Amino acid sequence: MSEEMIRIEDVTYEYGSYGEANYLVAVSNVTMQVNKGEYLVILGHNGSGKSTLAKLMNGLLVPTKGDVFVNGINTKDKERIWDIRKTAGMVFQNPDNQIVATIVEEDVAFGPENLGIPPDEIRRRVDKALEIVEMSEYKKHAPHLLSGGQKQRVAIAGILAMNPECIILDEPTAMLDPVGRREIISTLRKLNSQEKKTIIHITHHMDEAVEADRIIVMEKGRIVMEGTPKEIFCQVDKIKKLGLDVPQVTELAYELRKEGFDVPCDVLTVEELVNVL
Amino acid sequence: MIRNITIGQYFPADTVIHRLDPRIKILIVFMFIVSLFFIASFYPYALILAFIVLTVKLSKIPFRYVLKGLKPLWFIIIITFIINVFMTKGEVILELGPLNITKEGIRQAVFMALRLIFLVIGTSLLTLTTSPISLTDGIEKLLSPLRKVGVPAHELAMMMTIALRFIPTLLEETDKIMKAQMARGADFESGNIINRARNLVPLLVPLFINAFRRADELAIAMEARCYRGGENRTRMNELKLNRNDILAISFSTIFFLLIILTRYIGIRGIL
Repeated sequence: MSEEMIRIEDVTYEYGSYGEANYLVAVSNVTMQVNKGEYLVILGHNGSGKSTLAKLMNGLLVPTKGDVFVNGINTKDKERIWDIRKTAGMVFQNPDNQIVATIVEEDVAFGPENLGIPPDEIRRRVDKALEIVEMSEYKKHAPHLLSGGQKQRVAIAGILAMNPECIILDEPTAMLDPVGRREIISTLRKLNSQEKKTIIHITHHMDEAVEADRIIVMEKGRIVMEGTPKEIFCQVDKIKKLGLDVPQVTELAYELRKEGFDVPCDVLTVEELVNVL
Repeated sequence: MIRNITIGQYFPADTVIHRLDPRIKILIVFMFIVSLFFIASFYPYALILAFIVLTVKLSKIPFRYVLKGLKPLWFIIIITFIINVFMTKGEVILELGPLNITKEGIRQAVFMALRLIFLVIGTSLLTLTTSPISLTDGIEKLLSPLRKVGVPAHELAMMMTIALRFIPTLLEETDKIMKAQMARGADFESGNIINRARNLVPLLVPLFINAFRRADELAIAMEARCYRGGENRTRMNELKLNRNDILAISFSTIFFLLIILTRYIGIRGIL
């Protein structure tokens, strides 16, 4: 059994106060855990509670009921909230709205500066973080002149410079073009395999989920499916019933099987399908 | 159409003046302004002019660039000039109906106009040679001793940084919304002033709503990056004074003290 990074115990989160009639249950009775070094993808529709779940994971939101532990620290512990946020960094959807400074390297330095790290060490971390996301040559640029994918990589570098063990990304590719999306996905894969960061990637693009170690599917604030990508996408009917898509290749394999061809259900990439056929 | 706006009027270059510590530059400009108001005769203006010419030469900024800073102020300078010409009492040299032009009036008008021009040029030299970021850093550092009496130095600097950061973003957005509205038949360019102002409403409403949404998201993102105000915060690039800074501030202090002294002992007492 690998070590746990985040543990969520029977958590419910409601927007609005109890007194009001129209409070909204965003997450209800969720229990799950994230292991260290894992690449976890959380899938779901808009309004399925996946973004709320993300914010619960680093103490931006505190559960209405239940507990969230990050590296063993309860997010309700106000004294240690900064330890939690240092451990579980978070990247958001809109790159424009999370870049604070007017120069790329200054922005990457923002997090470590907040942590009170000495200047030499900040410099070293900033250079390293920019190198990992392959943005070193842009370090003196103004962020508004970069493309969406580049801006999002700067945002990721900004989190990396804080040296978190775990990075939570809330739909980081939603506002990007296909090129930008590919850049981000390959960056995430690199972070997971080379830098050994735990990645929690929240998305509604099925193609991005293929890379994951494990997938969690959410619907109406609950976890409805959980398993490896192969286990999840084998259940094509169930996924379609949830109104989600499966990756194109899986869909093709599914249709072929319906027509009576002998194709296994767990085909996720083009190469796999080519080999099978 | 609004794409080409540069932030501030920073003139990027790598000169002695550009490299000076922003704190030093702000202090020098402050002394410059104060001493301008102590000047009581024309002679010290020559010294001020020499000082400005020297700075401009050292900073390698073209003179027309410096003079461009005066453009929006011509109107005020002319008004000041006219008021001074007519309102000063003294030896009448020309009578225009109820208005008199006096010798003292002309002297006073030229004097005030020069003061205004030097004031504008001197301060714009600061913004021309200092990038907005280092200017913000300088202001934060200079104000930080005042934190004890409740001046929110760090917060002010952070607000300025964020404002600077979002100017291009909001301009881009304005452009986008304008095009979207124009595609649906909105007209921003014709009609009288009142109509035009009214036509701006469908532009401003979405712009404001988006700005608030951005502010909200930015606040959350900053919190997620452990931002908790200026306490215990370190900086990657710390401001350090070097030899040139000391030299510049010492020279300027002596120079402007002399300028101020001219008011009390008369220019001939010094030269």
